[in-house]
Order: sequence, then structure tokens, then C-alpha cells
Amino acid sequence: MYPYYESDWSVLPPEQNRRFNPAFNMATIRQAFSEAVERVRMPTPTRLRDLIRQIRAARTAAEERAVVNKECAYIRSTFREEDSVWRCRNIAKLLYIHMLGYPAHFGQLECLKLTASTRFTDKRIGYLGAMLLLDERQDVHLLITNCLKNDLNSSTQFVVGLALCTLGAIASPEMARDLASEVERLMKSPNTYIRKKAILCAFRVIRRVPELMEIFLPATRSLLSEKNHGILITGVTLITEMCENSVDTLNHFKKDSGNREIVPNLVRILKNLILAGYSPEHDVSGVSDPFLQVKILRLLRILGHNDPDASEAMNDILAQVATNTETSKNVGNTILYETVISIMDIRSEGGLRVLAVNILGRFLLNSDKNIRYVALNTLLRTVHADTSAVQRHRTTILECLKDPDVSIRRRAMELSFALINGQNIRTMTKELLVFLEKADSEFKAQCSSGMVLAAERYAPSTRWHLDTLLAVLIAAGNYVRDDVVSSTIQLISSSPPNEQSYIAIRLWESLQVSNHCEDKQPLLQVAVWSIGEYADLFLYAEGNEDFEKPKELELIEMYHKFLSSTQVSVTSKQFALVSIMKLSSRIQCCHEEIKTIVETFGTHLNVDLQQRGVEFTQLFGANNHLRSALLEKMPPMQITRVSPQNGTPPDESGSDLLENGLQEDSPSVDQSSNILLDLLGGSDISDKTATTNIQRKNSKNANQNVSEPSNQDLLDLLGGIDLNVPPPMTSSIPIATAENSSTLNGNDLSQLNSVNFNTITQPAVDASMLTNSFLDDLSLTQNTMQPCGPQITALEKNGILVQLVPSKGNGCLQIFMTTTNSSLSSIEQFLFQAAVPRSFTLQMLSPSGSTLPPGGTITQELRVVSTSKAVLRMRLRISYVLDGQPVLEQTEVSGFPENCFD
Amino acid sequence: MMLFMLLFSRQGKLRLQKWYMAYPDKVKKKITRELITTILARKPKMCSFLEWKDCKIVYKRYASLYFCCAIEQNDNELLTLEVIHRYVELLDKYFGSVCELDIIFNFEKAYFILDELLIGGEMQETSKKNVLKAIASQDLLQEDETPQGFFEDHGLG
Repeated sequence: MYPYYESDWSVLPPEQNRRFNPAFNMATIRQAFSEAVERVRMPTPTRLRDLIRQIRAARTAAEERAVVNKECAYIRSTFREEDSVWRCRNIAKLLYIHMLGYPAHFGQLECLKLTASTRFTDKRIGYLGAMLLLDERQDVHLLITNCLKNDLNSSTQFVVGLALCTLGAIASPEMARDLASEVERLMKSPNTYIRKKAILCAFRVIRRVPELMEIFLPATRSLLSEKNHGILITGVTLITEMCENSVDTLNHFKKDSGNREIVPNLVRILKNLILAGYSPEHDVSGVSDPFLQVKILRLLRILGHNDPDASEAMNDILAQVATNTETSKNVGNTILYETVISIMDIRSEGGLRVLAVNILGRFLLNSDKNIRYVALNTLLRTVHADTSAVQRHRTTILECLKDPDVSIRRRAMELSFALINGQNIRTMTKELLVFLEKADSEFKAQCSSGMVLAAERYAPSTRWHLDTLLAVLIAAGNYVRDDVVSSTIQLISSSPPNEQSYIAIRLWESLQVSNHCEDKQPLLQVAVWSIGEYADLFLYAEGNEDFEKPKELELIEMYHKFLSSTQVSVTSKQFALVSIMKLSSRIQCCHEEIKTIVETFGTHLNVDLQQRGVEFTQLFGANNHLRSALLEKMPPMQITRVSPQNGTPPDESGSDLLENGLQEDSPSVDQSSNILLDLLGGSDISDKTATTNIQRKNSKNANQNVSEPSNQDLLDLLGGIDLNVPPPMTSSIPIATAENSSTLNGNDLSQLNSVNFNTITQPAVDASMLTNSFLDDLSLTQNTMQPCGPQITALEKNGILVQLVPSKGNGCLQIFMTTTNSSLSSIEQFLFQAAVPRSFTLQMLSPSGSTLPPGGTITQELRVVSTSKAVLRMRLRISYVLDGQPVLEQTEVSGFPENCFD
Repeated sequence: MMLFMLLFSRQGKLRLQKWYMAYPDKVKKKITRELITTILARKPKMCSFLEWKDCKIVYKRYASLYFCCAIEQNDNELLTLEVIHRYVELLDKYFGSVCELDIIFNFEKAYFILDELLIGGEMQETSKKNVLKAIASQDLLQEDETPQGFFEDHGLG
């Protein structure tokens, strides 16, 4: 009748009172009350979703920034006030703000506080924040390691799960060390949810700290006999990592892996996967657990690598997978792809290999780009194992060069280079040239260098080789690397004269095309080098009737055009300036025009060019009689550079040659690499910055006109390579470092060609015949070298003056010997020998020559390393032939500075 | 091993980032910026793989969202596409035909799901059912401890 009264909860006993809530006791009321007070004291923070809405509503970046800054300021203030009620929500907001790219590091400690909370929500967000906000450098790592340690012992599986997940994501080495034993314990947990996570944590721990592998080994025993796919896939992942890590572990697994041998065990699991009927839980478009299949195939590959027995045991299953897998979907192809790699990597049967390459062939024709990419990639990996099988797909691969997709083009290009051989070089080069012409700039450098290497190895004839290099220079334009320029010049220089004149003509023709000078400067450099060297062949030789020879004046006009162009680089102008000088001794007229052009360089803004302009002008004036002798033709350079690049098969002669070369030449390599090391100031010889280093030093020197010790080495190196050292030396340096040398080579060639300005400041080391004589006057007045001791006159007799200039080198004393001949007769067979006390070691570099014409100079560098504190004395023996009479002088010198050896 | 996973929109806005390698924050930002520009510039018909630095990038677009993973040289690119697809399926099941907005407003859930699929860049569970079950149980745990009735917005709101 009075239902409201009757149902009043206060009058009914608790068991009849449906509205009575036992949780609603005093404690809850008190908590609610204190929270209410809290809420009054501090306004409720914006909800996460509301903040996201606000940020999304911002129409400009500035507006967004304003919203974020306001919220960040608020969040900071709550952090300061140790507000624990809303911490979780605030961190969640902060994580969103962090994703937008704003700084959020101030939330790091708060994340840790959350993880220490007892609430699951707090932990969940706290660990999420820890994974996102913490990076390896943070000191808070120790704190989080403690939190993790606690939670790894929690009784709630999801808390343990969170901790393991965080450990797997961060896994810094210290953390890995501290928590490895906990992880090992959890790996044996009966709870699969925890166990699989612990296994992957072990994987991460080993990844970061390989020496911790030992402790996880026993726990891996039973992993492969599990049924649960989570355990299986994580277990296989862990074992794979262990096997890749050390050969010992690999053997350990092969011999003993619990109940059964590992290979049959894996084969069994794989077989079950394939043969088992449809299982909805693990099915991916008709394939049973592709994730697990791929992992097993990968582990099998590692186990079967170079192991005939293991390979034998997996042949059948691999064949089964390869033939039975459905290929209409990506999943099927995923497995086939992994299978093919495994087949090619293990000692598989011949038939199986054919099957594998055929699968790749099918992949190549697939309409799906991804599959095609994978096919190219895998073919590149297998090309060494079975070249002929891959050759069959050559046309398809060449087709891929035209693909609009960069990734595919790059793969196709590399594969094409790997497929080039003596038989197909002509057709392949033709295709690659077409590709090169249209290629993006990023490909041009690599492709042109690759083509040059291939041409070097397989060129059927010199003419073809020259034509190809020319085509490459034209097609790749300014993207050509220096090594292409240098190797082209080398090739031209060592070709027979008729080829030289041929290529000079072709190069001249190519320069006629408009814009070629600016857009294809490497071509320009090669062209002017060749025209300068072989102008006489090219202008005046008989034959070549179909070629209309240019007039000398036209030639000079052309030179004038690009020497005055602002778009031609300094390097190209250096080439051209030397070349036009050479022309002056090759052609029969127009000397005045040449002189005018050269003279204009006397005021050039670039110091190097200016210097050269001045020097060359001298050759038209007082030293005119020296000109023709100085500008003699270069002796043929030897082609020695063989550097494997771009998928050169290791079994072919190229790399062998390299290795052999290294062994044979090791003494001289040592020597030269020492110089190189000196030059680089002790930096790694294989460092790719080496060349830039040199160049930088070069230009620095040119600008400042001050020499440094390293520069002396540099000069020495260049001098050594350039001219005055017999050919074996030349060959040794390029072999010393494959990559480096190619560029170095380019460098020294350009030096050689352009008469390096550095030589000016270094008369003593200057070795270049080209510059020697006319630099003398300059050098004597302008010796800016910084000797660390007085110049010592060792001998002054018969007009021969031998002087020693000590200079502090890199850990050694460098002594530059200069001999000048002021007599009227020529001196032959000049030989300078030196001996030092036993507490010193002496290294003598090659002299710049052995003949001293009247007024001539010979220089030689000596290096002395001290092994004790003794005072350096030196005994000298100088022999020469004067007017047909052999003369022998012996003398002793001392007075070297004492502080030069530290 | 996966090195990182990024989710970003067609407008180039980052929606999710999961790093399995420790990079400094600056580097992360740089990588993200670079990859987003590179991938957005690629045409839809191009293949899903990119060679980038010393790793491989595998990406795939689902509606307005790009899923982009970096993997190591030896990893299977095609399988990574399957991993991405599996993640999308899970999101779809969890949110019920997922869209970009779901991931924006529930980014923490998206992270939780990913963390049940991958640990340390490797797959931990190949059964969709198990992943969703684990997520559901944890959500329940969260719900249970959130006081209801007094102050409705105790959760993340």
C-alpha cells in the first residue's frame, strides 16, 4: 500500500534489501568525500577526448599551439601538486600531445609513478608512457627497472604481461642484465600468455647483450614440443636469434634440443601446418599460420646452411611447400619467397634449385609490383650460386629497368650489372645506356661507375671500350663520379695512337653539341685532356678523311668559350688551362691567342687558376725555350684499378685479382698506405671521407699559401704517384683500397693534369717535371715551408749544391734534400745515399730524377724516426757522372734540430 | 625484427608510433618526417617497399591511413605486409569497421592492441582470437576498478 515506505532500505534487513551495497561502507564514503574535496580544490581536468577534439578544432598551427601550451601548462601544474587522482588522464593527454611532436619529457617521472600505482589503468597508461617517452639515455631507467622487477612478480597475468611488453620495447643493456633472470623464470611459466611474452623478451635481451644467451639455453629445450602457436612462433624466433648469434649454439641445437633433434622436429611442425585441415584460428586466406611457417623456414635455412645432412632432412618438406602452396594471394607468395631463399641457401638437390629459380621467374612476371621486387631482390642473392639459371630471365630483368618504380629499377640495375659477362656485354651495355640516359640523378653516378667497371672487365675491343666510355660520359653528364673521368683518361692514354686520335675526334665532336660543356663537365674534362695531349694527331694526321678537321682558330675559340664561361667548374677550367698550354706546343699557329687567354688567368679570382696563369705566362716569356720540353706528351698510364662493385660475383677473376694484387704487392702497399695514413692524419684508411679530406686540404693550402705537415705528405703522395716513381708504385696504391683508390686515382690524375699549385710552396718536394724548372725562380724567393731547423749545406762542389732542409713531420723528422746544378755541364746518374746511426730508422723516398741539366734540380725526401734520444748525424754518399767521369763524394752532416722527434 | 612502426594520415599527420629501437627523440622526429614525405610522394601503383638507410621500409595504405614498418635486411617484406594486415584486422574487429577517427580518439587502445600482437618487434601471437581475448580481459579489468556512479568521468574520459 505504501510501497515507498516498505521498500525503504533502512527498515529492511540487509539480505532482503536489494539496494544494499556492501561496498558502500564508510571507507568508500570517505574516499568519495576526499575526492569531492579534491575536485573542489582543483577543477576537473579536461577529458582526453575533449582535448583531442579541441586540438582538432584548431584551424591554424598557431591555434593548435595555443591549445597545447595551455594544456601542457595545466598538466605541469598538476604534476607539481602531486595530483594522483587525475595523473593517469593527464599522462594520456600528454602522450597525445607528444605524438603531435611537442616536447613531453617532463612526463617521464610521472609515468613511473603511474607504473608504481596499484590500479591496472594507471599501470597500463604508465607503461605505455614509459615506452613512448623514455629513451636509453634516461637516468630514470633504474627506477623503471625496479618497477618492472616488482611487476614481473605480480600475481595478475596482465600486469606481468605489461611489464614484459615494456621490457621488450625498451630493453636497454643495463635493464637486460638486471632482469634476465626474471625473464628466464617466466619463460618456464605454465601460463602461455606470460610464457610467450617472456620468450620474446629473452630474444630482445640476447639481441642487446649477446653474452646473456647462456642462461636462456636450458629453457629453450621444450619450446618446440609445444602445441600453442604463440609459444612456437616466439620459440622459433628465439632459437633463430641464438643460432645466428654463435656457431657453438647452432651446433648445440643440432646435436641436442630436448627430446628430439631439431631439424626433424621443425619439419614435423611445418608438415602438420601444411597438412592439417582448415583451422579458423590460424588461417590466413587459405594458408595455415603463414607467420609460423615463415619463421620455421628461416630457421631451417640457418640449420641447413653448409650442412649436407641437415639439408638432406629438409629437402622433401621444402619441395612440398614449394609445390603445394597456393599462390593466388600475397600470403602464399610470402611463404614461397621464404622457401626459395631457404632452398638457395642450403645444400639442396639440383632439382629443387631449378624449381626455386622457376618460382622466381614466375614472380618476375607477376602483375603485383611487390612480388616483382622480391623476385629481383632474391635473384640478386642467388645470382652467384646459379648464374646461368638467372641469365634465362635476362630480358625480363632488362624490362624492369623501365619500370616507373624506383625500388624496382634500382634492383633491376644491380641485377643487370651482376649478369654482365663477356658474351652479353654488348647487348647489356646498349640497354643500360638507354637506362642511364633516362635515369634519375640518384642512379646516374652508380650506374655510370658500374658500366665503366663492366666495360673495363669485359670490353671486346679498345674501340668499343672507348666508345662506351664516351657514351657513358655523355649520358650521365655531371653525375659522373671522378673515377670515371680518371679511368677514361687512363684508358685513352694507354691506347694505341690511332685510337687516341679517333677518340679525340669523337670527343671534339661531342663538345660541339650545345650545352655539353656546362651540363657534362666530366666529358669536357676528358675531352680537353685528350685534345690537349693528342692535338697533333687529331689536327694534322693523315686519314680520317670523313672528319672535317677544325681550324686551329676554331679550337682556340672553343677553349676561349668555356674558359670564360661562368658555368664551367674550376676543376674543368684547370683541365682546360693545362690543355690549352699543351696545345701551344702541338699546333702550328695561334700561339698569340693562347698566350692572351693564358694571361687573362693571371688575374683570375681563383687562386689556383691565377697562379697557373702566371706560371704559364712565364713559359711564353723568359722560359720560352723550356715550353716544348715541359709540355711533352704524357707517358701511357697503366690501368690497374680493378675494384669489385655492384654485385661482382666473388668467384670471378676480378676479386681474385684484387686479393692477389694485395698479396704480391704487400710491401709497397704498406709503404704507400703509410703515406696515405700520414696524409689522413691517422684516420681510417677505408674512410670514405679520405678524398674529400685531401681536397679540402688541397684547397685550404691553395688559399692560405701555408703548408702543413700533412700537406707535405699529400704532395709527396701525389708526386709519388704522378710522375717520378716507376710504374709498380703506381699500381700499388690503387689496389690498396678499392673504393678509396678509385677516387684517389681520379684526384691524382687531376693533379697531374692540372699542375698542382701546391707544388709552388714546396719546392723541395716538388717532383713534377712539368713545373720544376719554371717554379725554381719563384720557389727560392717564396719558400713558405716551415722548417724546424736551419738549412744544412751538405755539399758544394763542381757547381753542385746539395742542401738539406729538416722539417717536423708526423712523428718523424722529414728532411728535404735539394740538389741544384749551377755548372754548365749536365750531370748524369746522380745518386744520393744516406746512412744514420742505429738508434734511428731512415726511410728514403724516391728522388725526383737522376739527371741534372744545367740549372736543374733534384729533390728527395728522407724520413727519420728516432728510437732513442741520441743526436742525429748522417753520413752521405753522393755519386754522379760529370762529363763522362764518375765522381763519388762522401760527407757527414750534423746540426739537425733536437726537438723534432716528439 | 621490426625496427619501428608508424601510422600516419594522407595529410602527413602522425597517428601512432611504435619504436623497437632506442633512438634519441630528435632522430625519431627526423626519421618520421623523412619517411612521411617520401612515402606520400610515391604513386599508388608503386611497390610497397623502399630501401632506406640500412633497413627496408614496408608500407601499405588502408583508406586514409598509411601503415609503415621498418624491417631489417634479412626480413621477409611480404610477411611484414601480412603483419600489417593482421594489425588492421585486429583494429577492425576491436572497433568495428575501424576508421582513422577511432585511432585518433582511442590511440591508447590502438597501442594496447599492437602490444598484444608484437613484442620487441617480433610477432608474439598468431591467433586473432587470443589477442582480442587478452585485450577484452584487460579492458574489463580497467572497467571494474573505475568507480562508476559517483563520478562518471573517472576514466580517461
